[in-house]
Amino acid sequence: MANMAQAIRMALHYAEENLGVTDIFGEDVGAPLGGVFTCTQGLKTAWNSPLDERGIIGMAMGLAMAGSRPVAEIQFCDYVYNTIDLLKLAGNTCWASNGDWNMPMVVRTPVGSGIRGSMYHSHSFDATMTHIPGWKIVMPSTPLDAYGLLISACQEPNPVMFLEPKALLRVKGEERIPGEPDDDRALSKMIDAPLGDRSQWRPQWPNLEAFAIPIGKGKIVREGTQLTVVSYGRTLPLCVKAAAALADEGISAEVIDLRSLWPYDWEMIQASVQKTGRVLYVNEDTEVTNFGEHLVRRTVDELFYSLLAPPKLLAGKFIPGIGLADTLEMASVPQLGDITEAMRALAVQQP
Amino acid sequence: MSRPRLIKEASAPLPLDRELLIRIHDLMVKARVLEERLIQMYKQGHGYFWIGGPGEEAFNVPLGLLMKVGQGPAYDFLHAHYRQSATLLAMGEEPIGALRQMKNTASDPYSGGRNFAGHFSIRAKNVVPVSSPIEVQYAMAPGTALAQKRLGGDSITIVTGGDAGTAEGDFASCLVWCSRPAEPLPVLMIVTNNKWGISTSGAEQHGEQRVADRGRAFGIQCKTINGNDPVEAYQELKEAMAYVRKERRPFLLEANVSRLYGHSSASGANLVTEEVDCLKQFEARLEQDGVLTRQQMDDTRNRYAEDMAAAARLVRDEPLPAPETIWNHIYAEKK
Ligand SMILES: Cc1ncc(C[n+]2csc(CCOP(=O)(O)OP(=O)(O)O)c2C)c(N)n1
Repeated sequence: MANMAQAIRMALHYAEENLGVTDIFGEDVGAPLGGVFTCTQGLKTAWNSPLDERGIIGMAMGLAMAGSRPVAEIQFCDYVYNTIDLLKLAGNTCWASNGDWNMPMVVRTPVGSGIRGSMYHSHSFDATMTHIPGWKIVMPSTPLDAYGLLISACQEPNPVMFLEPKALLRVKGEERIPGEPDDDRALSKMIDAPLGDRSQWRPQWPNLEAFAIPIGKGKIVREGTQLTVVSYGRTLPLCVKAAAALADEGISAEVIDLRSLWPYDWEMIQASVQKTGRVLYVNEDTEVTNFGEHLVRRTVDELFYSLLAPPKLLAGKFIPGIGLADTLEMASVPQLGDITEAMRALAVQQP
Repeated sequence: MSRPRLIKEASAPLPLDRELLIRIHDLMVKARVLEERLIQMYKQGHGYFWIGGPGEEAFNVPLGLLMKVGQGPAYDFLHAHYRQSATLLAMGEEPIGALRQMKNTASDPYSGGRNFAGHFSIRAKNVVPVSSPIEVQYAMAPGTALAQKRLGGDSITIVTGGDAGTAEGDFASCLVWCSRPAEPLPVLMIVTNNKWGISTSGAEQHGEQRVADRGRAFGIQCKTINGNDPVEAYQELKEAMAYVRKERRPFLLEANVSRLYGHSSASGANLVTEEVDCLKQFEARLEQDGVLTRQQMDDTRNRYAEDMAAAARLVRDEPLPAPETIWNHIYAEKK
């Protein structure tokens, strides 16, 4: 099966061919590299931009206003911070112009820990991004979701922030992308650029099919009855693993992959919490003013009388960065052990 | 590019058609009277904040007249500054829209009561929303220009801003993105230099002799002109635009202008007498050359003053946007 980087590449190819995507650009996005995570290899509209994040976001906004459909990449989300006012502007242009202008643009950026990226290649962006109205924000945790969400993003008349959990970019999916060949090696031969001279290389795209995952819809990844775990991105598969381990102890956890952070699937969370009475939100952004805090607040506001225990948030530590040493990274953001422990504690908590 | 021009000698005849001179004058007066009305509205409490362009009419009117106005990449895009009401009028807008924006009525055609005076936005005319952060427009301009270049044709992107704002990185971004040899872009970069930030003088802002010189390092054609002379402005803009239209390459034009009512209502919005008044100067030329009489020009001003007063009365009674409209247009709907 395809990994997430390949899935993104295939979705972008599909979008170039079928959805009017005109420009896929950013630092090192064009040939020969095709993106530092290889997500844009072989795409016909991919090009290299100057090393200027503000220029990249500005270019995308200008193209979008002129009726094109750009997909811009910020090499690491840590560097999207110096475009924050432009992100605010892209998000408010429709509102500020009383509906006259819209911004059909997608920004993709890798987020989070997991590649030993130290101070400036490990940051999360979900808390900051969900603070900027006017955007739609998605974050897949599987290749198929990445494919389907990116296709939806490329059909949106609004700006969409597509957050790519970098720890999962090389993880193969368990579901096939509609149209991808059965054999992984065959797929790799078709769409992964060779090492060395690539000047003559052209990808051979599989016959991809339309497949869109609607923005705003979560997914119940595992059904359960005793507690709900809501996560997205890198921590989602860890939550699934933890739930499987806890099942052996007789604890039944329901795991929701939120997939879209804005708008998000409150109906799914609500139904699940009403069933289980307990909820743990898990993500790896720093815990103070975290998006999960919003979910906790809403849970308390709207689901208080369904709760058997206080809603919990497990998130990254509120520290200025993620240190390079393995021990430091592990201690800074939720790992499998932390998640399992938090779920177990919540499951057994009694009033 | 820089042939010597006779127009700088006050004795030489004005080198534009009489009809055009009258049209420029008419629009300059209209814009001045509009701004004075906006200031008055602000001072009477019919608006929260004023910012605008009295003093920049001699440059901004020719700019609007020379634009190819329409919607989409086949037409010129304007990434404007907040001092460009004169450009908008020259592009065919009616002043009442600006009054409505000042009064933040539901009928405000540019933002529905959501944004400041001078923050124009008209999709049908490719006027992208003016927004308060200085210079962001320079980051977006290469985007519309790239779409225009792709399309073919001769449409261009025009981006304007103040001198102080050129310290922002977005100005440098624009220089870089427009002049890459692999993809030069049809952008007319304009800096209207009034020698001030809000209260920070040019000497405290930057060291280059002319802001336009910054284009040289990028191989960008550049020029500094007297933006207080509408004839020079018209001719130089026409030439610069023709270059950008034809060559599909950037041009950096710096126009020295006056700021006649200070920075904004935040600094009082009171008339400054020590700066050149481009309208007065132009009127003296027009009278001297027999293009218009003092009487005719006074009549024009009085007519606009009356129109503007009537429009202000109309706007005063128009409703504010309904509170529940805050939820409108957060997102565009799929069509
Ligand atoms: C990014 C940003 N910083 C600060 C301000 C506050 N501000 C508004 S106007 C202004 C001065 C702008 O001067 P200049 O660029 O020369 O334009 P002018 O107003 O003189 O036409 C400042 C500092 C702002 N609007 N945006």
